[in-house]
Amino acid sequence: MSAPPLPPAAPDATGSRRPGSPRELFVAFTLLALQGFGGVVVVAQRVLCEDKRWLSRAEFVELLSIGQVVPGPNVCNVALMLGDRFFGWRGALAALGGLLTVPFGIVLALVTVYARFAASPAIAGALRGMGAVSAGLIAGTALKLAQSLRTSPLGVPVCVALGAAAFVLVGLLRIPLAWALVVVGPAACGLAWRRVGGGVGPR
Amino acid sequence: MSALAWAVLLCQVLFLSLLQVGGALTIAPDLHRLVVERLALLTDAQFAASIAIAQSCPGPNTLYVAAIGFQTAGVAGALAAQAAVLLPSSMIAIAVGRWGSARPDLKFLLAFKAGMAPVTIALLAAASWIIVAEAPGWRHVLLAAAAAVAVWRTRVHILWLMAVGAIAGALAWV
Repeated sequence: MSAPPLPPAAPDATGSRRPGSPRELFVAFTLLALQGFGGVVVVAQRVLCEDKRWLSRAEFVELLSIGQVVPGPNVCNVALMLGDRFFGWRGALAALGGLLTVPFGIVLALVTVYARFAASPAIAGALRGMGAVSAGLIAGTALKLAQSLRTSPLGVPVCVALGAAAFVLVGLLRIPLAWALVVVGPAACGLAWRRVGGGVGPR
Repeated sequence: MSALAWAVLLCQVLFLSLLQVGGALTIAPDLHRLVVERLALLTDAQFAASIAIAQSCPGPNTLYVAAIGFQTAGVAGALAAQAAVLLPSSMIAIAVGRWGSARPDLKFLLAFKAGMAPVTIALLAAASWIIVAEAPGWRHVLLAAAAAVAVWRTRVHILWLMAVGAIAGALAWV
C-alpha cells in the first residue's frame, strides 16, 4: 500500500467545485455506487469531498444528517439533495439514477445465480472478509468526518458526549436508530440552539 | 394474485417508504410480515437471500427491495417495488433539502446542523461496531481496524481494501 498519506488540511478546504452537467452527476454516482460494497457512504464521502470537491466534509455531514432524519435510504437522500441543489429535478434524478441503475442490474443477476453459489465456503468466506473490511471503512470514515467537528459551535467536549450517547444507544444497547434520533436529536439541537450565534430566530 | 391484490401490495410498500427513518433495512421486518407471512409470495430463505445479496453487491442496500420484487414478480416486480419504496421518501428528501437550502441562516437549521453532526458521525461508528460485533474474533477485528486506518489516513483505493478482505476471507484467514 504505497499511496501517499493524506495531507491533513487540504480536503476540507471547501466544497468549491460543481458538476458540469446532470450527466456528470450520473456518471460520478454510477462509479461510486459500483465501488460501494456494504455501505456506499464511505465511497460517497471520498468521491464527493476529496475527488470531486463538490462538498466539504462539514457539508457532507450536514446532508447526511438531513438524509438520516427524513425517511428513505440515507445515501439515496444525500444523492437526491445534492443533485437537486445543482440541477433541480434533473440533477436529483441523475444522481439517484446513477446510484441505482447498474447495481439494480447486478442485484437481479445475482439473485438468479445465488442458489448455486451460496453453499460455497470460499464465497461465504470472501463475503465475511468483505464485511469486516466494510465495517472498518465505515469506522475510518467516521474518524475522518469527526475532524470536521473541531470547528463545531458546540465545542469538542459536548460533541464527544453527544456522540458517545448516540453510540451507546445504537451500537451497544441496539435501540432502533429512529428512537435514538428521537432521544438524542432534540437534546443535541437544543444544546446547539444556545451556542449558535446570529441566525434568524423563529417568526 | 389478482390485479387488485397487487395494487394493494404496491400501496402498502408506498406507505412503508415513509417509515424508513434510519436506513433502508428498518422496514425489512414489515416487508417480511407482508410478503412472507401474510401473502406467502416468498419463502424465508428467499427473503433472507434478498438482503444478503444486496448487502454483498455494490450499490445501496435499498436494492434488497428490488431483489424481493424480482423473486415475487420478475423484472416488473423489481422495478415496481424499488420505485414504490423510494418515491415517497425521495419527494420528502428533496422538499426538505430545498427548504433547508432556501433558508441557510435560519437559527433552527444552524442548530440542527451543529447538533446533529456529532450524532450522525457517532451513528456511523455504531453501524461499524454492529457489523464487527456480529462476527467476533481478533483477526476479524484486526482486519476491520486495518481497513479503518487505511481509509482514514491514506488514499488507497477502496476496491483494493475490499479485495484484501475478500481474499483473506476466501482463504479462511478471518
